[in-house]
Amino acid sequence: MAKPVLEVKDLRVSFKMYAGEVQAVRGVSFNLNKGEVLAIVGESGCGKSVTAQTLMRLVPTPPSYIKEGSSILFDGKLEITELTEKKMEQVRGAEIGMIFQDPMTSLNPTMTIGAQISEGILKHQKVGKTEAMKRATELLTLVGMSNPEERVHQYPHELSGGMRQRVMIAIALACNPKLLIADEPTTALDVTIQAQIVDLLRDIQKKTDTSIIIITHDLGVVAEIAHRVLVMYAGKVVEQGPLNDIFYNPRHPYTWGLLRSVPRLDSDNSKELESIPGSPPDLYAPPVGCAFAARCPYAMEICKEKDPAHFDVSDNHSSACWLMHPDAPKVEPPVGIGGHAHG
Amino acid sequence: MEPIAKDKFKPVEKTTNADVIVRPSQTYWQDAWRRLKKNKLAMAGLVVLIVLTVVAIVAPMFSSYDYKTQFLKDGNLKPSAAHFFGTDQFGRDLWVRVWWGVRISLFIGIMAASIDLVVGVLYGGISAYVGGRVDTIMQRILEIVYAIPLLLLAILFIVFMGPGITSIIIAYAISGWVTMARLVRGQVLLLKEQEFVLAARTLGAKPWRIIAQHLIPNVIGLIIVQITFAVPTAIFFESFLSFIGVGIRPPMASLGKLISEGAGVMRYQPHLLMFPTIIFSLILLSFNLLGDGLRDALDPKMRK
Amino acid sequence: MADRPILEVQNLQKHFNLGNNKILKAVDGLNFSINRGETFGLVGESGCGKSTAGRTIIRLYEATGGKVLFNGEDIHAMQGKDRQKLTRNMQMVFQDPYASLNPRMTVGKIIAEGIEINGLYSGKQKKERVNQLLRDVGLNEEHAGRFPHEFSGGQRQRIGIARALAIEPQFIIADEPISALDVSVQAQVVNLFKKLQKEHGLTYLFIAHDLAMVKHISDRIGVMYLGKLVEVATSDKLNAKPLHPYTQSLLSAIPLPDPEAQKQRQRIILQGEIPSPVNPPSGCPFRTRCPHAMPECAATMPPFKEVEPGHFAACHLL
Repeated sequence: MAKPVLEVKDLRVSFKMYAGEVQAVRGVSFNLNKGEVLAIVGESGCGKSVTAQTLMRLVPTPPSYIKEGSSILFDGKLEITELTEKKMEQVRGAEIGMIFQDPMTSLNPTMTIGAQISEGILKHQKVGKTEAMKRATELLTLVGMSNPEERVHQYPHELSGGMRQRVMIAIALACNPKLLIADEPTTALDVTIQAQIVDLLRDIQKKTDTSIIIITHDLGVVAEIAHRVLVMYAGKVVEQGPLNDIFYNPRHPYTWGLLRSVPRLDSDNSKELESIPGSPPDLYAPPVGCAFAARCPYAMEICKEKDPAHFDVSDNHSSACWLMHPDAPKVEPPVGIGGHAHG
Repeated sequence: MEPIAKDKFKPVEKTTNADVIVRPSQTYWQDAWRRLKKNKLAMAGLVVLIVLTVVAIVAPMFSSYDYKTQFLKDGNLKPSAAHFFGTDQFGRDLWVRVWWGVRISLFIGIMAASIDLVVGVLYGGISAYVGGRVDTIMQRILEIVYAIPLLLLAILFIVFMGPGITSIIIAYAISGWVTMARLVRGQVLLLKEQEFVLAARTLGAKPWRIIAQHLIPNVIGLIIVQITFAVPTAIFFESFLSFIGVGIRPPMASLGKLISEGAGVMRYQPHLLMFPTIIFSLILLSFNLLGDGLRDALDPKMRK
Repeated sequence: MADRPILEVQNLQKHFNLGNNKILKAVDGLNFSINRGETFGLVGESGCGKSTAGRTIIRLYEATGGKVLFNGEDIHAMQGKDRQKLTRNMQMVFQDPYASLNPRMTVGKIIAEGIEINGLYSGKQKKERVNQLLRDVGLNEEHAGRFPHEFSGGQRQRIGIARALAIEPQFIIADEPISALDVSVQAQVVNLFKKLQKEHGLTYLFIAHDLAMVKHISDRIGVMYLGKLVEVATSDKLNAKPLHPYTQSLLSAIPLPDPEAQKQRQRIILQGEIPSPVNPPSGCPFRTRCPHAMPECAATMPPFKEVEPGHFAACHLL
């Protein structure tokens, strides 16, 4: 089997604050294969965005720092955590492209979009200005913008939110990166525009075979685009596995809660939505044991004492929950979880 | 994996409350003070200002000299135990005169702060809060005031009313508050569209309540910062006028006046220039350092 | 006895003058009514005017035209005492959990504000009432002395709800109360809304852009597009048989959290962007993106008519 595009091992990122250390990411490990779309889901503050930004080394140090023992191996050879800032600049844009949540603020308002797209091409590839501009036009066509020849001369403020996100995608794709990181790419957009962008990302992935990491809290988007899913809670991965396994055979109570709290158009209105009581823990003082124990309806004594290991459900599906231990009582997922695929 | 006792796998009753807050509670002011304390330069500025103020109040009281009595035979003495900063050509004690100068500077500073606080804050606040046509008219007036050069205005007043503190303060009162008014207006315009103000309105809050409970507490930080920057500007303004000879009337001593006198004899009596200049620079520097520190400490955007 | 609706909105208009002869018709002729004890959901994408509608109904904005009748009385004609009485009966929950609470006030003071303004309780009773409200929204007394920035988004939103409940209103306008929250927390807050409705007999106008969530909480739903209502129906009907092409595409755009179902689904993906409300298209506002647009749509605005009993839509196809 080919080498993974990205191997993340025991990634830990903390922020130094006045009150002490906020442990935003507390030991995250995963692999990303070529051509794979990996979705990282979780609620705000779970560390998914910090993880994504750390892959690009975009979190400023200080206040943040990557802890000893963390490893991000890109393309089997580049150790991202050890690269100098100068080397990192060559990786960003050329090897890894990034799409941000807010297309309004991530574009430079004083440059034409053509200039912004060709900026990366000129920096990383040995081509002339005309060639770069030509490539920018092609990219705009690729991301589905009409009249690309005219668009390259426009400024961001002349475009709507959805168009700007398309431009962001074009910029990220400019140098044919091996990896595309999309941090909440649809959150700031309206539903009908969201659908357009997700569709576009999926198309592009098929056409270019780029690996994509998509950070989102929207399980609908995950269901539509991802091949594999990583569920994060309180700075840790609590469950990971192939798309269908996570949706139809989830093994972690947090994943259950997450799946059941999403309202569905075909669900019964009179029933209460399932919600997860309480709030996520403050990572300034992470709880002892499993971070989810305080909100977990199945919590056992062990959960409050020891952090659960990752138990394998199948070859590529694992869950960090003591319920998976052979001695634990058998708990079936609550009603409404699983069975959809075949039922 | 090490073995785990079987009874550890018994489900437990829910005892923990996931809504509990673990961080220590801190009010806005506690947090700001903590930030300020961490800023060494700003704290140094604060300490210097406190020391200067105390000495300016105390020193002339415990000295056997005053600022105006001349001892012509003791003219141009070098610094000594009797005259810490030496004497000027008329035999007046420079130590006392410098601290009188600091008193005047601080007095001007306090007056400027009061004018800023009363006129600037009220003007900006009313303009933004009432809005609409009132705002438009008040802004045009403000622009006219802003267009009048402060120096010209001051000299005009001095010509009409004679030199002295009153003229300087009146001149400052006419146009010195403009920056504050603009800042407060901008902030209030932002705040009054905030949802917490809308919420207070839907609860039926009267304007005075919205101003007192919701607007003022949220602009006070900005006002404090602006005042710490306005004070040195006013002090500098007075000293400048005194330096060019249209400010404080002799024999009263102001730092600008002292520096001006010292500059005339700096080749023969350098201490006459040195002491007032050092003190003057210390005051301005301290205010600016403190202002910078306060801005960082009180800025709600930097707060997390 | 057929009760009169608690709220009747009649041809409500709110235009903003942007200067340079540009007029933003944020709300342009809304007609709907809300019955006592029900939840009416108002959905639409950003810029459709749903939030402006909410704010105009509670009179944070003065209406440009039309009427809002609350218990039969015109809100926009009320003065002095009557207006104060309206305040007591109609409250609002805001969208932004960070901007909707005064950062310099303790949570206890925030919740007590309405009680103080309206002189409901004082001293010990007031404190007891605040504690009761905190418990009602799932927080506790200890939280009263803390400041908003110490709370998570969901907790803040619950504080906002407690503030609105403090003066015992009959009717609450919830302006995108869950848009800024995480999914599991959204469910928490929606459940809290439902619980409080049962306990206090509240009526809600629930404004949101998430049709799935709105469908879950609402009895009836109105869909807005560029300042106009395009469809009103019971939430089940709207989901089962949407009549307006915009509603159809809106429903279709929501991705299902179910990979298999998602794959099998035929989706309508709308082309193009939402036109600017400053310069809306002639005739039907949706025609520029509508897959079924006809020449007639550019000429005249289709009437908002009752297609089936209780099911209204504005489309020339019907």
